[in-house]
Amino acid sequence: MSASCRLNAGGRIDRSRPLRFTFDRKVYEGFAGDTLASALLANGVHLVGRSFKYHRPRGIVAAGSDEPNALIAVGSDVRFTPNLRATQVELYDGLVAQSQNHWPSLGFDFGAVNDVFSPLFPAGFYYKTFMWPKSAWKRLYEPKIRAMAGLGRAPTLPDPDNYAQRHAHCDALIIGAGPAGIAAALAAEAHGARVILCDEQAELGGSLLAERKATIDAKSAPSWLADAVAKLSRSAKVRWLSRTTAFGSFPHNMIGLVERLTDHLAAPAEGRPRERLWQVRAKEVVLATGALERPLVFPDNDRPGIMLADAARQYLLRYAVKPGSRAVVAAAHDEAYRAAIELAAESVEIVAIVDIREDASGPWADRARAAGLPVLSATTICGTRGRHRVSSVEIAPCRPDGKVGARSRLDCDVVLMCGGFTPTIHLFSQARGKLRFSEKLNAFLPDGGAEGIRCAGACRGISGLDAVVADGVAAGEAAARDAVGGRIEAVHAPVPLSEDEDGGRLEPLPHHRSPHRVKAFVDFQNDVTAKDVKLAVREGFRSIEHIKRYTTTGMATDQGKTSNMNALGIAASALDKPVPAVGLTTFRMPYTPVTFGAFAGSARGNLFDPVRVTATHDWASAKGAVFEDVGQWKRARYFPLKGEDMHGAVARECQAVRQSVGIFDGSTLGKIEIVGPDAAEFMNRIYVNPWNKLEPGRCRYGVMLREDGSILDDGVVGRLASDRFHVTTTTGGAAQVLNHMEDFLQTEWSGLDCWLTSATEQWAVIAVQGPDSRKVLERLVDDIDLSSAAMPHMSVREGHICGVPTRLFRVSFTGELGFEINVPADFGRAIWEAVFDAGFSRAITPYGTEAMHVMRAEKGYIIVGQDTDGTVTPDDVGLSWAIGKAKMDFVGKRSLTRPAMTDPDRKQLVGLLPEDPELVLEEGAQIIAELPADAKPKSKDAPIGQKMIGHVTSSYFSAALDRGIALAMVAGGRRRMGETLFVPMPQGVIKVVVTNPVFLDPEGKRLDA
Amino acid sequence: MLLIDCPFCGKRPELEFRYGGEAHLARPADPADLGDKAWGQFLYGRSNPRGVHAERWRHVHGCGRFFNALRDTTNDRFAATYKIGEERPAIPEAEGAASA
Repeated sequence: MSASCRLNAGGRIDRSRPLRFTFDRKVYEGFAGDTLASALLANGVHLVGRSFKYHRPRGIVAAGSDEPNALIAVGSDVRFTPNLRATQVELYDGLVAQSQNHWPSLGFDFGAVNDVFSPLFPAGFYYKTFMWPKSAWKRLYEPKIRAMAGLGRAPTLPDPDNYAQRHAHCDALIIGAGPAGIAAALAAEAHGARVILCDEQAELGGSLLAERKATIDAKSAPSWLADAVAKLSRSAKVRWLSRTTAFGSFPHNMIGLVERLTDHLAAPAEGRPRERLWQVRAKEVVLATGALERPLVFPDNDRPGIMLADAARQYLLRYAVKPGSRAVVAAAHDEAYRAAIELAAESVEIVAIVDIREDASGPWADRARAAGLPVLSATTICGTRGRHRVSSVEIAPCRPDGKVGARSRLDCDVVLMCGGFTPTIHLFSQARGKLRFSEKLNAFLPDGGAEGIRCAGACRGISGLDAVVADGVAAGEAAARDAVGGRIEAVHAPVPLSEDEDGGRLEPLPHHRSPHRVKAFVDFQNDVTAKDVKLAVREGFRSIEHIKRYTTTGMATDQGKTSNMNALGIAASALDKPVPAVGLTTFRMPYTPVTFGAFAGSARGNLFDPVRVTATHDWASAKGAVFEDVGQWKRARYFPLKGEDMHGAVARECQAVRQSVGIFDGSTLGKIEIVGPDAAEFMNRIYVNPWNKLEPGRCRYGVMLREDGSILDDGVVGRLASDRFHVTTTTGGAAQVLNHMEDFLQTEWSGLDCWLTSATEQWAVIAVQGPDSRKVLERLVDDIDLSSAAMPHMSVREGHICGVPTRLFRVSFTGELGFEINVPADFGRAIWEAVFDAGFSRAITPYGTEAMHVMRAEKGYIIVGQDTDGTVTPDDVGLSWAIGKAKMDFVGKRSLTRPAMTDPDRKQLVGLLPEDPELVLEEGAQIIAELPADAKPKSKDAPIGQKMIGHVTSSYFSAALDRGIALAMVAGGRRRMGETLFVPMPQGVIKVVVTNPVFLDPEGKRLDA
Repeated sequence: MLLIDCPFCGKRPELEFRYGGEAHLARPADPADLGDKAWGQFLYGRSNPRGVHAERWRHVHGCGRFFNALRDTTNDRFAATYKIGEERPAIPEAEGAASA
């Protein structure tokens, strides 16, 4: 097919730069300045895709971002991008485009059987059918429906491009660079405002790009536009952004913009960002976003070749493309006449202008008649024909009561429709601006209520170029005045709404056919018809939000730009209510789809969330450690030898600690230094424990509660001096513990004289645990007596190790004799290696978090957040002993005496021993008191009819005990020692015996070895 | 994104702050004196108004300080921010009135 639909002259395309592109593997030619849509139309291609549900052939409907049908996949390999609107894809040489949603081909699509069987798929069909048999849902229906659903094909490879993000501030952000927006920018700039002007298109100008005869300020529209852009470009106060969509409005006048930087280039420079996300804080925002043309709803209004009238006019004047050679124009608004007259001037045959309105009169109809165009008043469209392109329409006269007369056929190859215009108020509404319905305009208009946001031009219902420009000037001046202040005298007032506005139509066109059989589309992209909307009302849906969700109208990627008002009109008449009483669905961002890349920016991979590593990370890595994520930290989980699995490695690591000595990196523990004359008093108030009598050099296991009495965190605290505490927290709790402490210190006890400093990253912590640990350390520590007499369990000393200053703790989380060496983080690796070398002869073994977990569970030491949740009190986990009984108050104390907190049937920490010692229970498994009647349930889903009395919190295989062990929270657990309980699992019920949670060395002899 | 005026640092984006719940809920000097009901009210009772709400924020990724703010829950506008310990400022009716 040749470029037969291209005019020889005119338009804003560059005929000296022909571009080749492919669509479904076929090569076509277009020009620089074309969009993919205009280039396809220039080649006579209307059929560009298949519809979502019925797989009906579809063509290009619109000329801008409102396009519902022409969703195209562009690019290949890693840069394959689905679901782009062909009307927004700028042509470049070598562009590769594909149609979507069909198999095996666009011309012949098996999915089109859905169209034949469409009575099976009414609105909400998936709620109604596929109910039986129940088991088929998962195996058959859901997979089939899922395979059919979805638009386009998601790219499978990681996005190779990078995306930039920027913050910007300005006095006036002007969104939309049509006549109103440009006029506003010029006016705001002239009054000293710093301006950002953005527009989603490649060129500034908006509707002016398709004007040839109009004049502004006595200049032709194109030359006014060129002068304005030149002026804006020269000004140091103006930044204008093309290809930039304002997609969302956020609180305090922050507007999100996404700027497309490289998608229009054949060969973008390496490394250049593909898109840039702007977060603009504007003192004042001017919306000059224009209005969108509405389709008419009539039977089979979705054939390729049926398009919006003003869109056709834009293709003609901006891209010099004739959308067809014989046009039927369906009018419910005068703008259709304008399109017809312009097309006729370029020798497109206007078969007829079919006006639904009773009396097609007025200046536009007169002009059309004067130009010799046949105008038919009070005429409707009853149907269309043509498989891959419309070939005829059936028209009939219609009376005001909807009765349709004798039908006749008009042959044509394009149908242009105009149902009226819908102001683009998305951003205004997102900013919680109020809307009012104008009966005259059949449109919702902005009505104040959005602070710092004003609308100008067509988006507030103004029409006519002169009025729109004047309105833009007024808005620009007012924005500058409000943003910059000073004494700007507004010389222009906003243009009042005209009295004789033309609102078009919100109702479907009448026809003679059975309403149950015809498809008159409202939402093209989601294949929602007028009868679907009526069906929803018949089935009892009243709220427009529910009708929307039930029928999915307006829920496609275009968010109903062309369909929402028509759907609302149909719903309102079906509900027999006025439109404003039915109301509008909520506008949500984004205005058009935004890539995940733009939102992510550089926050990808390791930059998405910071990765925190300890000083020994590389050492552990070199030893083959397997790491786990704990919050943002990477922690060594176990150190497998060659051929060893986790089970083997953990058993070996535990055995080494129990028999000789192990080394463990505890650096991720949170550390907070609390210093000041009132440090001890602060500690008394924040922890359950008493601190006054703890001597410097000694440690204590501290527990802190939330005010509601539940355990917040725990950890060993060392007192270094009377006014200095070294507090440790759990790895994951460090930040919230500091926040909790700061909260009380700043807001409740601001009279206390002490300071809190996070020291987590300042200290590397090397735990050396096991009966041989003292002997290893003695070789390295210079000035601390490590003997049991001089340095008992739970003590802390300051001194030096290998000449490096250290805070040396004698503490144990394994139940063995043990030490934790704190050294400045920069020395962590060196000291770790020195300890490792010194322990070589004793086969010192590095162990990871898994072995640590097993050993602490053998000792019944809890992990806050694993064995506890937000409901557990100290007594529940056997920590009543820690509470300072003599203290008058501490955070959480009062709550511990509330009745529910002292209930003897609260869940309590116990140990569990599975009857089968080989068995390791599943963490999280539920516990019941009696053996179910049917020990092996028939199916996984069958109820066992028993009350859950507890759950497993920790469970491991203990090498030391040579059996599975578990910790659990069980109702009244401490009363149940020795009882047999049951853990129902899919494979059968497991018998367990309740025991003391301290499985190993309950007397604690090993600690003092 | 909200723009929050930290009384110590000035206007900063919401991302730098952490919400801290309702303000002006002083911890009782001697909690043991409170009955279960009164203590339960202190723990869980919150005003949750439609309109101006006195609430705490912490400039956690900034100066680290807690402060109080008056925010209209219907439109997220901040009428005032002030330091802990300062009186809740009176705000003009028009500004404080919740827009319906």
